[in-house]
Amino acid sequence: MELNKYQQEVFDKQRPVIESYGKKTWGWTIFFLLWILVGWYALYLQVDRGHSVTGMRDNVVWGLYIANFIFFIGISYAGAVISGILHILKVEWRKPIIRIAEMITVISTIIGPIYILLCVGRLDRLHHLFLYPRLQSPITWDVFAIGTYFSGSLIFLYLALIKDFAIYRDARLNIPKWKQKLYKVLAIGYRGTPSQKRHIRISTNLMAIMIIPLAIVVHSVLSWIFGMTLRPGWHSTIFGPYFVLAAIYSGTGVLIMAMWVYRRMYKLDSYLTDKHFVYLGYIMMVLGAAYGYFTFSEYLTDWFGSEKWNSEVIEKIFNPAKYGWWFLFANVAGILLPILVVAIPKTRTPNLIALASFFMVIALWVKRYLIIVPTLETPLLPVQDTRIEYVKYSATWVEWALTFAGIATFFLFFTLMSKFVTIIPISEFGDKEKQLVQPAEKEFVLANGSLK
Amino acid sequence: MKEEEKITDKSRRDFLKTAAIATVATATCGSLACSCGSGSPKKIAITDKVKLLSPDGEIVEIDSAYLNHQEHMAIVSKLEARQGIAGKRFVMVVDLSRCKNARKCVTACQKWHYRPEETEWLTVKLMKDSDKAAPYWFPKQCFHCDNPPCVKVCPVDATFKRQDGLVLIDNERCIGCKFCMAACPYSTRVFNWDEPEQPFDIMSLAPNPETGLPAKVGTVEKCDFCPDRAREGLLPPCVEACPNGVFYFGDENEDTVSNGDETVSFSQLIKDRAAYRFMEDLGTKPRVYYLPPKDRQFPVERGYDDLPDKIKERFKDIMEETKEVEKH
Ligand code: SF4
Ligand code: SF4
Ligand code: SF4
Repeated sequence: MELNKYQQEVFDKQRPVIESYGKKTWGWTIFFLLWILVGWYALYLQVDRGHSVTGMRDNVVWGLYIANFIFFIGISYAGAVISGILHILKVEWRKPIIRIAEMITVISTIIGPIYILLCVGRLDRLHHLFLYPRLQSPITWDVFAIGTYFSGSLIFLYLALIKDFAIYRDARLNIPKWKQKLYKVLAIGYRGTPSQKRHIRISTNLMAIMIIPLAIVVHSVLSWIFGMTLRPGWHSTIFGPYFVLAAIYSGTGVLIMAMWVYRRMYKLDSYLTDKHFVYLGYIMMVLGAAYGYFTFSEYLTDWFGSEKWNSEVIEKIFNPAKYGWWFLFANVAGILLPILVVAIPKTRTPNLIALASFFMVIALWVKRYLIIVPTLETPLLPVQDTRIEYVKYSATWVEWALTFAGIATFFLFFTLMSKFVTIIPISEFGDKEKQLVQPAEKEFVLANGSLK
Repeated sequence: MKEEEKITDKSRRDFLKTAAIATVATATCGSLACSCGSGSPKKIAITDKVKLLSPDGEIVEIDSAYLNHQEHMAIVSKLEARQGIAGKRFVMVVDLSRCKNARKCVTACQKWHYRPEETEWLTVKLMKDSDKAAPYWFPKQCFHCDNPPCVKVCPVDATFKRQDGLVLIDNERCIGCKFCMAACPYSTRVFNWDEPEQPFDIMSLAPNPETGLPAKVGTVEKCDFCPDRAREGLLPPCVEACPNGVFYFGDENEDTVSNGDETVSFSQLIKDRAAYRFMEDLGTKPRVYYLPPKDRQFPVERGYDDLPDKIKERFKDIMEETKEVEKH
């Protein structure tokens, strides 16, 4: 595969990254692996001794794990919706960021479901889900929805990678034999013939269209696990769209954070430009406003209606002695902060936008926790139990260890992936035949830094 | 045990053999109705014989002495346990005016199901409907709802509704996702967070949804209305144990319910006493009816003052609040 001028430029820049696994990377890898190891030990305890090692009990039957599950499936929207929608709208500036976005999607769709498995008391019976599936159950819907969604996202990521694999294959990289071979296999004989190009283009378009409804289905179904029950705080008709929106929102946040990290780590300023941060910031701002609107209307109706059960949950969430401060944090950092940071021209810088995203993503995790736990702590019948862990949930170290192990896995996969494929897609830059860059790309390739 | 002595060694061995074959039959046939025979059991003892259904659906004659001993042997196949007892519609009526929180029902249920003290399939709550209202004791089993939210959400059909109205759990199929616990609005279900402790002979029983035994770690369990006893025409232990005749158990189709002392017409009872179902507005259609706590036989304190401290703690808030109100 011959590269044009711009492609060569991007490739040369990233060549060392995929050619070597530096000392620093090894350091991080080992660090992540250690975390994961702690997680494995926690998992061993949980399987060996039963779920009593967690903070979950008969009233609060789900805790951190489910919050993590929603969180990871949520951030997977980065690739599905952001890059899917931008693809359909043919937004040119998306090209350097699609790989990061789609990697987030695939990796978090692997990690998310692990958390729901951690809630399952009998992992040895998982095959029952396929032996005796009951279509009425939202969990069955989830199994199929997530399965399809994962396959879809993987294909979407892979389609965008084939051309790059062909480039790596032909580039005579200074890498071990097995890696060479792997590239060759993964490139599935792509030579850039017109028909191959057409096929990839059509399939990518198709996948981009399919991945969006799939993603919406996944998170709606997930929200219905809660919405379909008769619990105060859960039994809400807006849960589907509310969850979907929160998911896209947090996905954008994670995407911005990932861009910021890569830009710094590999000095990719000329490709991940300020413009990207600002544009994604705008998207985040709009989503934040919409999410804020949903939050407001959800809690306003529950509070205003003041039905007995809803009021009890609301009281727990609003009361500073209970979850009040967390709720405040979730809304200030999760709604106000990102909107303000992007809205005020002075703070609209990559660093601050990334920082706001960071807080927003944490706030959205807290929000998921606030959706799960206070409701479960408020059953319709009085709890009247003297065992404190049955009355109030507090996560044990086992649950925290597994939570951090999940985050470490996310980072580890990311590190490994970024050593295997280039973070900025190469083949997306210009077309060999035309020997030209698309005007929009040209503009930002040439104008890199001019926004500063 | 007297009965046990009556059984000769030989007959006992024979019986165990039959039981073992029956277990194997259940294991190999699974929940499918198949006709793999287990061989007809030999005549064994001297006392009465009773006719029973073997796990594979054959009618066998068994020494009743043995039955008394091995009360919990699964006497029906898993398929039958899923279908229910033909022609029945079980109901429970709970007379709140008679309850004084004697907690005999709680312990009787625990004993029958070999559950530890902390596991209460039947709980007695202290309810207080509004600020001024007088508190009352509220025993609560599973309501065996006719529109059960717990059954709707189960991904593997481990919890199911039978034609006789019962909602049971197959703890060999349950994957322990706890979704049913989140879905049950009445906090009925309990989870085996640890390996449950139970006697050895219980652990070796053939698992069956009708007995709920043996309990399994990582699975859900709850009040099952004791269908294994109903098959033998016995009332559930909680009903039998209550000294005040609070619980009436029976069959809606026959229109009779009994609390052990008296047998009355179900429809008449719920008509005369203005029975209601708990949180009817949820649409779950419970099969348990409550008779309102009107003209109460005991003051509410009778169920509080003599409680062990640990349990007293549960109701402290409400009791103190009530005392405050009474003072003014
Ligand atoms: S009371 Fe709860 S567990 Fe029992 S049938 Fe109704 S919903 Fe299911
Ligand atoms: S915990 Fe068991 S019975 Fe309950 S929904 Fe899950 S699989 Fe079904
Ligand atoms: S009916 Fe049976 S299982 Fe239910 S509370 Fe009574 S004794 Fe326990």
